[in-house]
Amino acid sequence: MNGSNRRIYLDHAASTPVRPEVREAMEPYWSEEFGNPSGAHRAARAARRAVDEAREALAAVLGCEPADVVFTSGGTESDNLAVTGSALHALGRGAATAVVCCSAIEHPAVLEPVRFLGGAELPVHPDGLVDLEALEAVLANEGDGVALVSVMLANNEIGVVEPVAAIAALVRERAPQALVHTDAVQALRWIDLAAAAAAADLVSVTAHKIGGPKGIGALVARPRAREGLTPILRGGPQERELRAGTLNVAGIVGFARAAELAAAERSAACAVAAARAAQLRAGLQAVEPKVTFAAEGAPRLDAIVNAGFPGISSEELLFVLDELGVAASAGSACASGALEPSPVLSALGLTAAEARSHVRFSLGPETTEDEVAAAVDALGEALGRLRA
Amino acid sequence: MARVLVALSGGVDSSVAAALACEAGHEVVGATMKLWGGESDSGCCSVGDVEDARRVAHRLGIDHHVFNFTEEFAHHVVGPYVAAHGRGETPNPCIECNRHIKFDRLLERALRLGFDLVVTGHHARLDRSGGVPRLRRGRDARKDQSYVLSCLGPAALARLELPVGEMTKEEVRALAARLGLATAAKPDSQEVCFVAGGAGPAARRAFLEGRIELHPGDVVDGATGEVVGRVPAVELVTVGQRRGLGVAAGERCFAVEVDVAGRRVTLGRGPALLAHEIRLGRRTWTAEPVPAGTAVAIQASAHGRAVEAVTTEEGVQLRAPFRRVAPGQTVALYDAGTASVVLGSGVALPSQRGAA
Repeated sequence: MNGSNRRIYLDHAASTPVRPEVREAMEPYWSEEFGNPSGAHRAARAARRAVDEAREALAAVLGCEPADVVFTSGGTESDNLAVTGSALHALGRGAATAVVCCSAIEHPAVLEPVRFLGGAELPVHPDGLVDLEALEAVLANEGDGVALVSVMLANNEIGVVEPVAAIAALVRERAPQALVHTDAVQALRWIDLAAAAAAADLVSVTAHKIGGPKGIGALVARPRAREGLTPILRGGPQERELRAGTLNVAGIVGFARAAELAAAERSAACAVAAARAAQLRAGLQAVEPKVTFAAEGAPRLDAIVNAGFPGISSEELLFVLDELGVAASAGSACASGALEPSPVLSALGLTAAEARSHVRFSLGPETTEDEVAAAVDALGEALGRLRA
Repeated sequence: MARVLVALSGGVDSSVAAALACEAGHEVVGATMKLWGGESDSGCCSVGDVEDARRVAHRLGIDHHVFNFTEEFAHHVVGPYVAAHGRGETPNPCIECNRHIKFDRLLERALRLGFDLVVTGHHARLDRSGGVPRLRRGRDARKDQSYVLSCLGPAALARLELPVGEMTKEEVRALAARLGLATAAKPDSQEVCFVAGGAGPAARRAFLEGRIELHPGDVVDGATGEVVGRVPAVELVTVGQRRGLGVAAGERCFAVEVDVAGRRVTLGRGPALLAHEIRLGRRTWTAEPVPAGTAVAIQASAHGRAVEAVTTEEGVQLRAPFRRVAPGQTVALYDAGTASVVLGSGVALPSQRGAA
């Protein structure tokens, strides 16, 4: 019953530790090269050069031009800029309406602005894949009123990988004026965005999911999209007037370094994730034969394992796992910090009771075989305590 | 030394209860329940309260968790509250919360998570000297909360600790201040936690308006049968209510009966408002059931005076005529001698047609 000193972190989808190489890269930019890159003097120029180099490095990883990279404070801001920026732009151009639409399983950073703008949500199949017929129907109904279609490349709760290229092709055909956005925040570590997100006009990414610092992200805005966005943060002319605010130089440098490392290590990381995920699933099944896994059957990230334990409250399971030193998560936290049952699981067709028994384990490239084995043991013990 | 879960509401009483549990050498963890995410978000356990609770936990060096019981709360507290009004009853949701959430779901969860006891900041006392735990009034008579705990049974009481029951409210605040707890001067929450806008009838009406149909009704003089007025919403009238009955001021008259189905409020004067017995449903006992024919003292509101009564098969018979208890209200039963030991509780049933 004692709290464990052991720490097994299986919540990489929530956040990741900043890598030593990233910290090292960022170090000079706190107190030595601290200039505001928008200035004209030597200190400013030095900072600006660091930003330019980082921007180039990131662009290479993301498969875009440096000019397409808009630095933001993170994935949420990037998503908001994509959704609200494209809607505002369409309205500013004189459109009677600007319909924004997204999948029902988007991260709240996409869902909330879409809802705020009265947009449409596309249902998903039980395996988590977006219902393309529903998308076709929206495109047919709204025609040239559609300003943006947003579907995430990989879902943070269940790991499903959406067919962004196919979706983009459909949108180009039926609503050529609409922009296509994809939230690639979870995908960046595991999928080569230069290929997988090439068809999207707008791509959101963030640093803290890939070993970089919190508080820095980017929105890839290809030329067509750049013309179709109205900024939501207004002030100075930074980021080609798309995103005002003094650049977070240290963060940007760190982000670029983290992205380079992630890209270089991607195949190895995916191999590790595949092996650990297989080990975890097998272990969970052995400990609890009735365990269910969400969204089986669709293309998915190995790193995210979303498991349901019938008759168990995920809130209680996470409490005991935490005491045993294992960090995992379920659903999302609300303003008070209480866990809310996952709307993503509801969108898959799970009942509220089922959804409340699901826990997400998300692995990292450093997760070891021993850690997974220990996590499985802890889970077995936790289930035993809760059922006693 | 035990492993205890403190229910931290974000108020000063539970903050001090946590501090005392720590001082007693227990292994302490704090938890705040999220009960309601609706429009109110005021009163007990709101986001602000969760943050206050977290600060207190941090100050005391204990872990703090937030438990999401919104579904259970909606089902066991809010739903029945709304339904009761639809029947013309006057429910006490705080008691239902204690009955179903705090000392049912929360207690169950605490035991599953390996805790030995649940600690709360209620102003009441648990006397364990006789072996079986007996629930008693708190030392501070003005703040006594034994009434809202009267629905608990022996199993729950066996797992409960009430550290602040021996203290006055001033002593609680003084201790909180000495310990540097953020909640030391925080005012007590008075309202029903899920009804926004305060404790008054307007707030209640606003809450119920979207949730049940409200029907206008006749106000009838009980003595003559004459219709003397109209009310805009029968469901919002409480037995014992004097104002807002659409009747000219004059003689003191009160609503003595509310008939929702018949869309009728019956008025009475003086004696008609008094009853000699209270039929009780949902009876609970804090220890062994009390047989019919036992002398007791009953209290029909949180800080009402206790009056002498005798238990019957159907509820209690009052020694002296007593102001009618609105159906849905909880009646707490105390020992006849000191009126300080809680024996049990019941919920007032609607009076039978024509019964005094």
